[in-house]
Amino acid sequence: MNELLARYPDEIARILAQYPPDQKRAAVMPLLHLAQRDNDYISAQSMQDIAEICGISPTEVDSIIGFYTLFYDKPRGRYHIQVCTDLPCALRGADQFLADLCERTGLKVGEPSSDGLFVIDEVKCIAACDRAPVFQVQTGDDIAFHENQTVETALAVLDELRKKTSRGKEAQL
Amino acid sequence: MSQYLLLRHRDTPGLEKLDVYRKNGGFEALRKAVTGITPADLIQLVKDSGLRGRGGAGFPTGLKWSFCPTNIWPHYVVANADESEPGTFKDREIMEGNPFQFLEGLMIASYAVQANHAYIYLRGEFWRIARALDEKIAELEQAGLLGDKLFGTDYSLRLHTHLGAGAYICGEESALLESIEGKLGQPRLRPPFPAVVGLFAKPTVINNVETLTNLPPIVEHGSAWHREFGTEKSPGVKIFSLSGCINRPGNYELPLGTPYRELIFKLGGGIPGGRQIKAIMSAGASSALIKADDRALDTPMDYESVPTLGAQLGSASIIVIDDSVNIAWLTRKTVHFFEHESCGKCTPCREGTYWMGHIVDRIVASQADENDVDLLYAVARQMQNRCLCALGEFSTEAVVSGIDKFRPDYLELVQTMKEAA
Repeated sequence: MNELLARYPDEIARILAQYPPDQKRAAVMPLLHLAQRDNDYISAQSMQDIAEICGISPTEVDSIIGFYTLFYDKPRGRYHIQVCTDLPCALRGADQFLADLCERTGLKVGEPSSDGLFVIDEVKCIAACDRAPVFQVQTGDDIAFHENQTVETALAVLDELRKKTSRGKEAQL
Repeated sequence: MSQYLLLRHRDTPGLEKLDVYRKNGGFEALRKAVTGITPADLIQLVKDSGLRGRGGAGFPTGLKWSFCPTNIWPHYVVANADESEPGTFKDREIMEGNPFQFLEGLMIASYAVQANHAYIYLRGEFWRIARALDEKIAELEQAGLLGDKLFGTDYSLRLHTHLGAGAYICGEESALLESIEGKLGQPRLRPPFPAVVGLFAKPTVINNVETLTNLPPIVEHGSAWHREFGTEKSPGVKIFSLSGCINRPGNYELPLGTPYRELIFKLGGGIPGGRQIKAIMSAGASSALIKADDRALDTPMDYESVPTLGAQLGSASIIVIDDSVNIAWLTRKTVHFFEHESCGKCTPCREGTYWMGHIVDRIVASQADENDVDLLYAVARQMQNRCLCALGEFSTEAVVSGIDKFRPDYLELVQTMKEAA
């Protein structure tokens, strides 16, 4: 049973229609984005499903996940805070910004917060060099840029995300 | 009339909306091309305009198109929107602010090589831009500007976005093609070049977003008009992404051939905190370092003049470095970038970036001696001309030029270790 296909038949048909009929493999990255949107990370089941749709082996799907940094094969913090520390950003204080943000939040780079809500990471250049310090927040279904940041504004962003999550939980109850 | 050719959204509010874009002449160039210019004449027009690829290599665009064989079909066009070079953020502004001019340019290029399908490859971080472009493509189809039998002719075209997922190497055109095909983003051995064996093994033209955005005005006003801007060998305007130690960072659209001094000191407002300019990286992290003396500052920023300073114009991502920056520290940043982004396919790049990273870490931590500076230099030199693609070459540029031109910065750190001992 192909769970991904059962859940998103129309969307998967639309994705496949973008490529020549004999080039199904080209759909692998769009399908990985879809699976990650569905579940925040790509499960072993999704890898199977995608392999089946594309006519390749699950190992090949796994190797794609390993190669591209935005794909994850295990759960991470719900909000993945990625601070750019590449040269142009570093010249505008990004390294210090990252250190201060970690200190104020009590988080270490790469380690999820105890509630599983946040993980702070370094990221390579995200094409926002003129508005450093900058970070992106990756969730399953979005990547949002936050530019011209100070530690104060970044903490406010995290606060807002925390509130949004608890509001979401209340709505579910 | 707008003072801009590319960043027209800056003085035309709402240009990202289809009706505003059309009111300002949008899609007239496409209509003119599809209904009145043969593909061969269109290729000649772009050749005559002297337009060169804006992604970094500066290859003549019309010439690139002309390499597509006419006995192998179908042809594809791919827009390279993978913009990932540290210091480059121009394609992003185009796609956010003036997306329809980019799409119109992509459609003109597709018509020129008679491609019926074109792909836009965006870096994964441009998730929101990709979604916005999907909406705009749907709008164009509804408006009858995209799809079957354009403007009542026999020409049909479909556009598709394809999102990457965090890999700098996919900006390299053959790795980009691999990535669309659902493989690891690793460069191909060339020849054959993509113009002959490209996407799905078919003839493929790959053009940068800014290159494509230049096309509508060229078709509208002609090749001679385009040559009124810029220099003889580098005609036209270019978007310069200015970042680093500078008062007013941002994108600046200027004629090619504008001197560094004008961009950095007049438009960019000079160096903050009363500091002095020390060096310039002209093509982002991939650049050789330029010592920012008077000669360099008066050099025109174009494809033919920057090489006289031992560097390249590249994608014109100008990173300004002031006198508080130690160049060994800077090199550590660029080397680790390339170490992280090396695709691992060829040994000189995979191993070379790894070892350069180790050595420069020790130098910056003042745990090295002068021999290590020479060792770092030797590793970089051994990589040169031995890598499968330009990434490996680029990783050595800042290292070799840094030690050649700013050796005292390295020795200062090495000296610190001696004193500590």
